[in-house]
Amino acid sequence: MSGEPLLSVRNLRVYYGTPGRPVRAVDGVSLDIGEAEVVGLVGESGCGKSTLGRGVIGLLPEGARAHGEVVYGGRNLVGLPPKALRALRGPELGLIFQEPMTRLNPLMRISDHFRETLEQHERRLTNREIRRRSLETLGRMGIPPTRFRQYPHEFSGGMRQRIMIALALVLRPKLLVADEPTTSLDVIVEGQILALLADLKRNFSTSLILVTHNLGIVAESCDRVAVMYAGKIVEEGPARNVFAEPSHPYTRELLRSTISLDTTELHSIPGAPPNLIDPPSGCRFHPRCPEIMAVCRERAPIETHPEPGRRALCWLHGPDGAIPPGGRQRLEREAIAVAEEA
Amino acid sequence: MAAVASSARSLRGRAKLLALGRATKPIREATGIARAMLWTGAAITVFFVVLALFASVISPYRFDQYQSHGVRFAQLAHPSAKHLMGTTVQSTDVMARVIWGAQTELKVVVIALAMALTIGVPLGLISGYFGGLLDRLLVLLMDALFAFPYLLIAIVIAFLLANAQGILTAAIAITVAYVPLYFRVVRNHVISVREEPYVDAARALGARPRTVIRKYVFFNVVQNVPPIATLNAADAILLLAALGFLGYGIQPTQGAEWGYDINRAVSDATSGIWWTGLFPGLAIVLLVTGLTLLGEGLNETINPVLRRRRFGRFEFDALSPGAMDIEPLVEEPE
Amino acid sequence: MPGTSLRTYLLTRLALVLPMVLILLTMVFLLLRVAPGNPIEAALGGHVPAAYVHQITHRLGFDKPLYQQYGDYLWDILRGNFGTTITDNRPLTQIITVNGAATLELTFFAMLVAVVVGVLVGLVAGRYRDTPLDVFGRLFGIVVYATPVFFLGLMAQLVFGVWLNWLPTSDQASPLTQALLKTHTNIFVVDAIIDGNWSALKDIFEHLALPAATLGLTTAGIFIRLIRVNVIRTLRDDYIEAARARGIVERSVVFHHAFKNALVPVITVVGLNMALLLGGAVLTETTFNWPGIGHALVTYLENRDYTAVQGIIVVFALVVVAISVLVDFINAYVDPRIRY
Repeated sequence: MSGEPLLSVRNLRVYYGTPGRPVRAVDGVSLDIGEAEVVGLVGESGCGKSTLGRGVIGLLPEGARAHGEVVYGGRNLVGLPPKALRALRGPELGLIFQEPMTRLNPLMRISDHFRETLEQHERRLTNREIRRRSLETLGRMGIPPTRFRQYPHEFSGGMRQRIMIALALVLRPKLLVADEPTTSLDVIVEGQILALLADLKRNFSTSLILVTHNLGIVAESCDRVAVMYAGKIVEEGPARNVFAEPSHPYTRELLRSTISLDTTELHSIPGAPPNLIDPPSGCRFHPRCPEIMAVCRERAPIETHPEPGRRALCWLHGPDGAIPPGGRQRLEREAIAVAEEA
Repeated sequence: MAAVASSARSLRGRAKLLALGRATKPIREATGIARAMLWTGAAITVFFVVLALFASVISPYRFDQYQSHGVRFAQLAHPSAKHLMGTTVQSTDVMARVIWGAQTELKVVVIALAMALTIGVPLGLISGYFGGLLDRLLVLLMDALFAFPYLLIAIVIAFLLANAQGILTAAIAITVAYVPLYFRVVRNHVISVREEPYVDAARALGARPRTVIRKYVFFNVVQNVPPIATLNAADAILLLAALGFLGYGIQPTQGAEWGYDINRAVSDATSGIWWTGLFPGLAIVLLVTGLTLLGEGLNETINPVLRRRRFGRFEFDALSPGAMDIEPLVEEPE
Repeated sequence: MPGTSLRTYLLTRLALVLPMVLILLTMVFLLLRVAPGNPIEAALGGHVPAAYVHQITHRLGFDKPLYQQYGDYLWDILRGNFGTTITDNRPLTQIITVNGAATLELTFFAMLVAVVVGVLVGLVAGRYRDTPLDVFGRLFGIVVYATPVFFLGLMAQLVFGVWLNWLPTSDQASPLTQALLKTHTNIFVVDAIIDGNWSALKDIFEHLALPAATLGLTTAGIFIRLIRVNVIRTLRDDYIEAARARGIVERSVVFHHAFKNALVPVITVVGLNMALLLGGAVLTETTFNWPGIGHALVTYLENRDYTAVQGIIVVFALVVVAISVLVDFINAYVDPRIRY
């Protein structure tokens, strides 16, 4: 990564309204995305990664509100008037959803979908140009031109996802957010889609935020990875380094829980994801951390840089000056309380 | 032994009360527009029920009364203090006929719906649960009827029974028109419930069909009936009024009927007389609106699909200490 | 899946409908045979010489055994012969063409009113859900449905006919127009247009105004409810969010995606509500003295003319079935997923 970041998230908070107190889905996250960079966003279900991805684009569901900065092209996307934000979606920013089966209008042909998108943002295009660009992008995704005028229900799940990606790319956005794009697809199709996505930066010079709970994907395709837990980024850095030498206990636990061909016994992280309405005191991971110290329960950790280019949010890495005396004393992992799913 | 039996009975009684409480929970927790509809509709309906039940007390005159103390009422009199809604060409008081009409409407509709439910629901239960040839035949029959205009069915039935007594005729006509509806709804619901795992489990445990139907299927299905029945009652009132308008309702000697009154009012209209038709008509509109509001309100509160989630309002407070951008107190050693 | 031709679908659908038609026809047949009393005597009034009654009974085939009557009945219908009325000796087919055309005219324009009003109010109510606009729209729909069509008709006649004297309150057209209008299709509007008879057309529309508006308005309530719910549901669909993610303007999203998808069931509902509309037509025709088939039915019922009643009910049954097939066909055309 060199030069100015393409997108800069600063202290972003996204809360969901409830009849009671709000759910703190993203609770103070900062992250930079460079040009033509693929950043993975991983974590358990409910850690806030999906919310973060959508929050960046500004596509939050009803009842959710954002606070903080998402700086793109010199402007803060948070608080941008809806019209301006909408103008950015398509030509600059894009989002690929998880379930391709329902994301296309069943009454419209694929060609209609493309025409609508292109006409919306680039009014001066002729019909021929629209067709040419659509076919070209679809071709890169492996969809033949003969199927251009078919309806969504005539395509399989994997193909629909490719169509969705093509739709997102036809306007050549600078940044794409892919929200668990392969979770509902089978493994072989998953591989194909991921190969497509990984090639984005090469073929389209598009940056990609890849939101997923599958560490294997991230290890293969991403330049950098950010690990999220309970609405915060607990570790971040170059993907290879983070996976080879994780700094945060949660990352270590995640890696140990990943099933691979070498797995001989199942390992899982005890406990359940934390309550996002009322998160644990101090470090949010402390009830489940195998390396918990006394200070972890009392105070929220301060971000540190174990190496240049890497971040960690854990008292194990200090700063020593902020830890009170006796804070480094190791404790037993807390008994598992009944989980409340966030 | 007896003590155990009686305590078991009281336990069951308490369980039933709890079940009732659970069943009405969504109604008590209704908020917003659904709640407004529910309670407005209920108020209007109750108003008319009161009118119907206490007509003899509330109404100043009887529905066919055309004189008082030997003095005949004025014919086609304008609304006045003596006759708040005016009089008809037969010198009967319009308001009295409106109030007594409420009794007629509700009487007929309650009888008709009770009969329709008694026939349609069990048929639907049996047909849906057992399937087979009986089911196929019934479905074919009911579907054919179902597509037909209610009014036509009712008219034909009323026509065929024309020599029979008025109220029962009208009620039967309405019943026949609505049995297919209840049959259909119940049957569809039974079919979807029948495949549920817990019903399967009961069958696997050897429960008899009657037990299975009674304990599991019936209560599940019955919960859907109140909104449908209420909306159906609204429809039935319109149907009854239509029958009355066409002359197939009750006999004038048996009671007042709003539709019939409007029919009589048609000839008054050419002379510009409006009160003989307006008030019975408004009564129909009001009662049917009330029932519809009640039914829709019930539907929205009971049916979770239509419920609207409530989002809270909140503010972002200042960042708590220990957040990521605060400088460490001591420089980290390089 | 793809490419199931429309024609195959139509043929399959028609084949499935045959049992239902048979059942309806049988029910009508049985119903009217089951009624107490001698139908001929009832129709003719009772003070008619027995020999005449006998003659008519024989002519109409009422003295044959039941199963033979049934066979004749079905065979006649197949050939398009619906019988002759007892009271005024009119062939049913004439009633169907002349009165039926009048009813067709009325129901067509009434349905037009119902759909236009219903769709407009429903779209607005659904789009602006839970705002005063929505509440008002829903209430309007409920009240309008709760208003009996004959009551609204009566009030309309009072206001527009008697007090304001703007519009005529009965009949399909003035006697003069009827005398001058040449018969092509029996549908007055069409006939007037064919002849280019504009003054007649004006008169016809004036007569159509109140009945069609009344019947249409009272039927609109159903459409309002349906469209509103559909708009709300559609706006929640995933592809709506996906379109927004591509930066499509809200107005475009609402119009081209939500509204269009929400309107798909309209055709079905139109078809399903034909039954309601036909029932309402009977009442409207009685109120406005409209010479339609509903009015004829009521008159023949009053005169206890069994053959006429039977014939008309049969026509109604066939129409209802035909409409349901037509609706399914149009649906399959519009929504490519449905074609079996």
